[in-house]
Amino acid sequence: MKENSLWKDAFRRLVTDKFALGSLLIVLTYAIVALLAASGLIAADWAKEVGGSNLPPSTEHWFGTDIFGRDVLAKLIRGTQIAMSVGLVTSLIAIPIGVILGALAGYFGGWVDDVITWLYTTFSSIPNIMLLISITMILGKGIFAVYIALGATSWVTLCRLIRGEVMKHKEREYVQAAEAIGGGHFRKLFIHILPNVTHIVIINTSLQFQFAIKSEVILSYLGLGVQGEPSWGTMIDDAKLELSRGVWWQLAGATLAMFVVVLAFNLLGDALRDSLDPKLKGK
Amino acid sequence: MIKYVIRRLLYLIPVLLGVSFIIFVLFNLVSGDPTAVLLGKNATARQMAELREQLGLNKPLLEQYFDVVRSAFTFNFGTSWATKQDISQMIVQGAYPSLCLTLPAFVFATILSLVISLVAAFYRGKGIDLFVRIMCIAGVSVSALAYILFFQYFFAYKLGWFEISGFEYGFPDFVPYVALPAIIFVLLSLGPDVRFFRTVILDEIYQDYVRTARAKGLTEIVVLLKHVLRNALIPIITYVVIQIPSLILGALLLENFFSIPGLGGITLNALNSSDFPVIKAMAILSSVLYILLSLLTDVLYTFADPRVKLK
Repeated sequence: MKENSLWKDAFRRLVTDKFALGSLLIVLTYAIVALLAASGLIAADWAKEVGGSNLPPSTEHWFGTDIFGRDVLAKLIRGTQIAMSVGLVTSLIAIPIGVILGALAGYFGGWVDDVITWLYTTFSSIPNIMLLISITMILGKGIFAVYIALGATSWVTLCRLIRGEVMKHKEREYVQAAEAIGGGHFRKLFIHILPNVTHIVIINTSLQFQFAIKSEVILSYLGLGVQGEPSWGTMIDDAKLELSRGVWWQLAGATLAMFVVVLAFNLLGDALRDSLDPKLKGK
Repeated sequence: MIKYVIRRLLYLIPVLLGVSFIIFVLFNLVSGDPTAVLLGKNATARQMAELREQLGLNKPLLEQYFDVVRSAFTFNFGTSWATKQDISQMIVQGAYPSLCLTLPAFVFATILSLVISLVAAFYRGKGIDLFVRIMCIAGVSVSALAYILFFQYFFAYKLGWFEISGFEYGFPDFVPYVALPAIIFVLLSLGPDVRFFRTVILDEIYQDYVRTARAKGLTEIVVLLKHVLRNALIPIITYVVIQIPSLILGALLLENFFSIPGLGGITLNALNSSDFPVIKAMAILSSVLYILLSLLTDVLYTFADPRVKLK
């Protein structure tokens, strides 16, 4: 009989699901656009005046131009770079903290668990929006503060999930077997248990990205996010005043760009959960 | 029961100390010297020193920390830097418009979401269920900002059905001002609420006791309402109650767009004028509220499910 690993199985389930495959492709496209924008290959001259002020969409400028005659599509691409970078950086902050603390709490229990549980209860006791506002206000406006604020608020969910899952795993036979052959705590936890809970990290990251993107847009709208560069949030803020003059394309562009990627991350998150955690299928 | 509540109350102390510590670190340690911002460019060193004294920034750090802790109990947050008003007074005033908007909207949104998710669960796997799922996932993917902008533009500005912005105190007077933001609030809540409730309900629906209930000949509706819903109540209660602090904060963005002078508006004004004490007060207040409500949910569990033994 041919052996199928969990990952192979999961991958097969994922690619046979048309929605999931589509979402994955969308996410990859956004990631590539973000990378190209970051390396300056596309949309580097977004600030250049390319036409008249507030031109409606045309074949030349797909999403029209803004009040300063700048191409809205180029601004959207810069915004994509900001949005994806926020998702990536906050995940890079949240995953190590959440996984390590969650694993330690779940594995060791006792006072370690008490301290870590206290820590995340404390963090989750401050409503997210207040913590985001406070941190961005204190660190000063800008993308750096957004990274820190979102990173500081989003490790909690992951930590809680990993803790619960590690608790379930630590009594299983395979962990006892690892102990029997002389594996220490470190070996049991990081070599044996953690690989079996990574699916939680992957599912969570997909949802983390869409949360980060949505939050960045709101923080930027409030004027706390990126400064001097276009973000979907600041574009929506600009559009607020333009809408009554019939200039809808900047709002539509930013909303559409965000809708597509957030939808893709949502669908992908659901599909990943279905394929990596089949007992939850269809819920 | 009483013993449990007391123990839970005692557990609040370390959490409250922790929350105060985070807020203290953020506002007293990281934020730096606010006097330069407050007094502007032409401040003399003497003025700055006086102001620092006045704001209590010269006190030892430990004492400053205890000031934060104390304010979590006394709700005495000092005065605002921008408006010079007493902050607790401002909060009391702001709470009224906020609650006029969020409370009815929240109750309505919760009931409506519960009904929709029960219907979806009843027709699970069929067309209606699929439609609900698609609407939810599409709904949560659109930015809240886009909903608000579009609805305000279309229904208030274009069609003129509602007031565009502002607020009036007193019962029937505030209705035209909060109606549209309340509708948007409900729409914004439906997506995440229905998604969560539906998952929780479906979690129960495949359990053995549900099969037993069906086997003894109960109709599907009775099974759903009497058996499944009761067991799904615990996660639902948690989810619903935990949202209340964000209600008090007001729907921040909605208040901003519709110029409703509630707590969300106060917070955003404070944000724009670097009014640290107000933001700090809002952070402390909303956290204290969150902590108390999480205690309340634990107690509510015992009513929802007598099997939950409070140890």
